[in-house]
Amino acid sequence: MTPEQTEQTETTGHGDISVGVAGSGDSSASATRITPGNALRPEDIALEVRTGLAKPTEDVAEYALRLGDDALILAQRLGHWISRAPELEEDVALGNIALDQLGHARSFLSYAAGLNDKTEDDLAYFRREHEFRSAHLFEQPNGDFAVTIARQFVVSYYQFELYRRLTESTDATLAAIAAKAVKEVDYHRDHSAQWVLRLVGGTDESRRRMIDGFKIIWPYVGELFVDDELTTRLAEAGAAVEPSSLKADFDRLTGEVFQEAELEVPEVPFAPGGGRRGQHSEHLGYVLAEMQVLAREHPGASW
Amino acid sequence: MAAQNLQSVPDQPAAPQEANATKGQDQREADGQAYFDRVMADDSRIEPKDWMPAAYRKTLLRQISQHAHSEIIGMQPEANWISRAPSLKRKAILMAKVQDEAGHGLYLYSAAETLGQSRDQMMDDLIAGKARYSSIFNYPALTWADMGAIGWLVDGAAICNQVPLCRASYGPYGRAMVRICKEESFHQRQGFEILLELSNGTPAQKQMAQDAVNRWYAPALMMFGPPDDDSPNSKQSMAWNIKRFSNDELRSRFVGMMVEQVRVLGLTLPDSEVRFNEDTKKWEHGPLDWNEFKEVLAGRGPCNSQRLERRREAHDDGAWVREAAASYAAKQARKNAQKEYAA
Repeated sequence: MTPEQTEQTETTGHGDISVGVAGSGDSSASATRITPGNALRPEDIALEVRTGLAKPTEDVAEYALRLGDDALILAQRLGHWISRAPELEEDVALGNIALDQLGHARSFLSYAAGLNDKTEDDLAYFRREHEFRSAHLFEQPNGDFAVTIARQFVVSYYQFELYRRLTESTDATLAAIAAKAVKEVDYHRDHSAQWVLRLVGGTDESRRRMIDGFKIIWPYVGELFVDDELTTRLAEAGAAVEPSSLKADFDRLTGEVFQEAELEVPEVPFAPGGGRRGQHSEHLGYVLAEMQVLAREHPGASW
Repeated sequence: MAAQNLQSVPDQPAAPQEANATKGQDQREADGQAYFDRVMADDSRIEPKDWMPAAYRKTLLRQISQHAHSEIIGMQPEANWISRAPSLKRKAILMAKVQDEAGHGLYLYSAAETLGQSRDQMMDDLIAGKARYSSIFNYPALTWADMGAIGWLVDGAAICNQVPLCRASYGPYGRAMVRICKEESFHQRQGFEILLELSNGTPAQKQMAQDAVNRWYAPALMMFGPPDDDSPNSKQSMAWNIKRFSNDELRSRFVGMMVEQVRVLGLTLPDSEVRFNEDTKKWEHGPLDWNEFKEVLAGRGPCNSQRLERRREAHDDGAWVREAAASYAAKQARKNAQKEYAA
């Protein structure tokens, strides 16, 4: 007997409202499969990879790992705000952004996993710290709400420029993931820019905190736009774009928000980063310890 | 849909509050009461601007705000596991679920606001410890299997309670409940699915699932409230068409559903006295520890102070953000007004 059938009891009205996923008759249905329209789901990519319809090259897999890890670590950070945000509306908003990022992470990691017949969970839960490829920006702690918004502001403007260009990738899967992600990240830009304006133009305290937040986050902006051999090869093949090529649009668009807020662009030296080579901030180890603890306690288990 | 005939006020008598401004206070009260009584007799709906007895307003405000607080405090035990969810799919589902609960809180606070109390005031009452929320959330979520047991048992009990509330006589409450119930139904399914997966997993996973069911079963049954002979407010709430079924009636239905479902899960309920009474045609369960219920209600549960402290901390830490948003909005409004004036 399925849960669908067992719930058909005489409880008044219950049958009427029990229209969940089980009704579709898909036994592998899950919450994340309910996506409006024909949007690309991580499960679709995993299926394509399993059936051999899509397989990344070694370079593309490494590149997908970078983007997937950025989004995964950020989702892990943002998820902490749920039940702790300044206002219920922000619990919902930050939760939404976290969910979007987690969705992108799952898509990129599912694709990257196709290189060696692994799964998204193998990559998320059973890699060690130096095997992660996230940039330091994404690993930065939430801090207060202003630090989170500063991080979110940089991330969303960077990701928008990146995904916008990746929709033209010669790698069809990267292009498809980017096409879905860019629409969502566009909302993230709006959310973060609005909060930057509000906090800078709100009270003396919020202005001070927002400026401090930018000072804390800005050193990690530099790493996002550094090219290396991988990105150069992929850019030449038309599969990816050189990170440095995003910088002008990023500067211009973030600059417009700074100008509207009547704020100087932070002048702080960039940190060297190193996440793409597996050299991480001190923070990542703690993030991974918490994220991986349960999965590693039960290796091989299914959830 | 259960509430299909309840969306409008009865067509025959007009709501009296506007027409009789010249009448005396007593007459207006009498007309209002007569209208209210007709709505109750017709099993129709009271809307925010209709006259309603002060006690009806107070009862609803208490119930809806408590319900809203339960959603908000109820986010905590599950949010506790977002960072450690053992697969990315489960992490996504859990995040979405806890986010839904924030949404439920928002609808319910909005419904309560139509009765004349601000969300800020309700939040202050919660943080000050003056307002109640469902006692179930004062129990700790100790393992991943608790995410399954909370979804299956706690959300399952909530659904049994809440589906009849879709027909509650107060319009904004009933309508909020329709949407909430749809999402809760989905939450229960995901809880069931978590337990099913664990039950069919490794021995350690199955044991984790059984342990969680053992711990959440009795508290979930107590979510329906005290036994009927010890539930002083129930009768009035039923007369006002807010509550449709008694606590014991709902509890019995819930037990019947769980008995069926636990078999599918391959687990057991920690209650050897569950049986279907052929004479009464009702499901019966073993004794519940109502002393424990009262203790937790009185603030002496495992997590009472932890839950309130966490809410207080989030509220206090966010104060400067809310002040900034309000100040910015006021400045923008002034700017826009000046622009309009200049034009």
